[in-house]
Amino acid sequence: MPADEQPGPHGAATASTAGAPRRLAQAALRDVPWEVGVAKPDPAVVVDDVRRTFGGLTAVSVDHLEIQRGGITGLIGPNGAGKTTLFNLLTGFDQPNSGSWSFDGKSLSDLGPHQVARLGVVRTFQLTKALSRLTVLQNMLLGAQDQKGERFFSALVPGRWRAQERANTEKAMELLGRFKLDAKKDDFAGTLSGGQRKLLEMARALMSDPKVVMLDEPMAGVNPALTQSLLGHVKDLREQGMTVIFVEHDMDVVRDISDWVVVMAAGKVIAEGPPESISQNQAVVDAYLGAHHDAPLTIEEEDQVLAEAVARIAEEEGAEISSDDGEKAR
Amino acid sequence: MGELLDALAIALKAGLGFQAVLFALLAVGINIQFGYTGLLNFGQIAFALFGGFGIAVSVSQWGLNFWVGVVIGLLAAVLLALLLGLPTLRLRADYLAIATIATAEGLRLLFRSVSATPVTGGTRGLAGFNRDFIALAPWETARRYSILGATWSGGELWVAFVGWLLVALACLLVWSLVRSPWGRVVKSIREDEDAVRALGKNVYAYKIQALVLGGIFGALGGMIYAVGTGSAIPDQYQNANTFLAYAALILGGAARVLGPVVGAAILLFLIQFADTGLRTLISNGIIPEGLLSSTDVAQIRFVLVGLGLMLLLIFRPQGIFGDRREVMLDAR
Repeated sequence: MPADEQPGPHGAATASTAGAPRRLAQAALRDVPWEVGVAKPDPAVVVDDVRRTFGGLTAVSVDHLEIQRGGITGLIGPNGAGKTTLFNLLTGFDQPNSGSWSFDGKSLSDLGPHQVARLGVVRTFQLTKALSRLTVLQNMLLGAQDQKGERFFSALVPGRWRAQERANTEKAMELLGRFKLDAKKDDFAGTLSGGQRKLLEMARALMSDPKVVMLDEPMAGVNPALTQSLLGHVKDLREQGMTVIFVEHDMDVVRDISDWVVVMAAGKVIAEGPPESISQNQAVVDAYLGAHHDAPLTIEEEDQVLAEAVARIAEEEGAEISSDDGEKAR
Repeated sequence: MGELLDALAIALKAGLGFQAVLFALLAVGINIQFGYTGLLNFGQIAFALFGGFGIAVSVSQWGLNFWVGVVIGLLAAVLLALLLGLPTLRLRADYLAIATIATAEGLRLLFRSVSATPVTGGTRGLAGFNRDFIALAPWETARRYSILGATWSGGELWVAFVGWLLVALACLLVWSLVRSPWGRVVKSIREDEDAVRALGKNVYAYKIQALVLGGIFGALGGMIYAVGTGSAIPDQYQNANTFLAYAALILGGAARVLGPVVGAAILLFLIQFADTGLRTLISNGIIPEGLLSSTDVAQIRFVLVGLGLMLLLIFRPQGIFGDRREVMLDAR
């Protein structure tokens, strides 16, 4: 698909200068079928057969998943679906029992978290990790990559890192200005409010010029006014050609900014497609609300459902949580 | 009154002597490890043990040059830091604490054991290895000098002088490190190491570097102490000294360049002053013999110092040099 090779960083950058954002990833994904594990025209991240179990619990079991480059991919699912575990696996914070995954064709398996970050895959955390006893500006400067002054012996010779430090400070101030944190640059990060910490964490991640940004619940605990500005910043990332993967529970947010949505439940990807396809998807509705959410059960039916559930567990294959079960029960 | 002034002079000597240098260097090392990087090294005295015995064994037992002994002591400390750090620093913070506290106690027992006697001299230790060093003093070392009301031997004076010089150099090194981007990374590791990993820094390597650097400072402290006392005896290196060094660090203010140095000097001053002061008061009859006898002083002085530290933590939790705002952030 040669036409689809274009929407790389450059394509997106020109799009942003042209005024109204052209959502290239959305356009590229228009003809992609709404199937689990479907191939994308230009995948940045590819996941294959990744499994992670904690004792008897299978937290993540993803057969195949591709993330479109330059787009915003929303990752949703009920609590305990394995979204954060998948994030941890992709960024090297956790090791899977089996499977492989790659970014830009380079395998990320067996890489430590810092090596993944150096390749340009940067994440934020569900519980914000502001470095409390460092100032906001120091937090930002930490994000810069390839700093000469971070090596032990170079650190002792200020001449070797001063210029780089000055350039990084300029860049940090520019970013802080965009995130409206520049007035706070000399405050300890620990004094910031929850929402400001989210902003700081995102700005800090951007200091490293990432190619893929993974945001774990960027809107959680943020007041509605700040949510709008955070949303704007996430859209900006796409305009600058970055690939964004984010976990979110607020469906309005997901519908607003995602080009593609991946739904997980019980460790598996149960649906994917553009945001408008998701709310009609029976598997998704079942995952969130249970397969029998809209019909009251009689005792006999309950027994029958229980028996079915037991049988299903015995088979150990939970793939058939489809709509016809629901029909039978009704 | 004059006797109290004498007690003050003796305490001042303790605060400036080579014992204070030992604690200052131990605490500077702990400051790098705990104050800046957040590593819990509860066996800092083991590094001092390696430093002191590095010289003692090399010179007294192997007949090597004094300076070769210094190098051996430092290499031993680096090796110890690597042995302790490589397996534990990938794990949660408490594993290093467990490994170091056990190692410090284990090494002391090993050095004083019968089987180690041919090398370390066992419980009696080694002596007579500091002649080459004392001989370097630019002044007469056999004479006694009176400074600030206390008498110092020329040798003591020389060791303390070189010791404080080393402390100054160590502080200079720490200062230039912590204001650099390297310092920023280790401070961030103290705050939240996962965040630092997510930003592409090799946290493990930085922790090892901090552990080794702090260990080298500890070894230097042990060397000064061994050279000052003129002997190296395993039981001098009780692990309680590690915790005294922690007390010195908290007293002066953690994560401040001069905090551990001033803390160590004040701590030793206070311990000595509590000791001689109490003895003076008892011998003068101001404290009745029935309430406190001079044999109790050795214990009571630590009670007093402990009380003082508790008051400090209540009213000035950041220590002498610390930043109160910074300490209060932890309360959240």
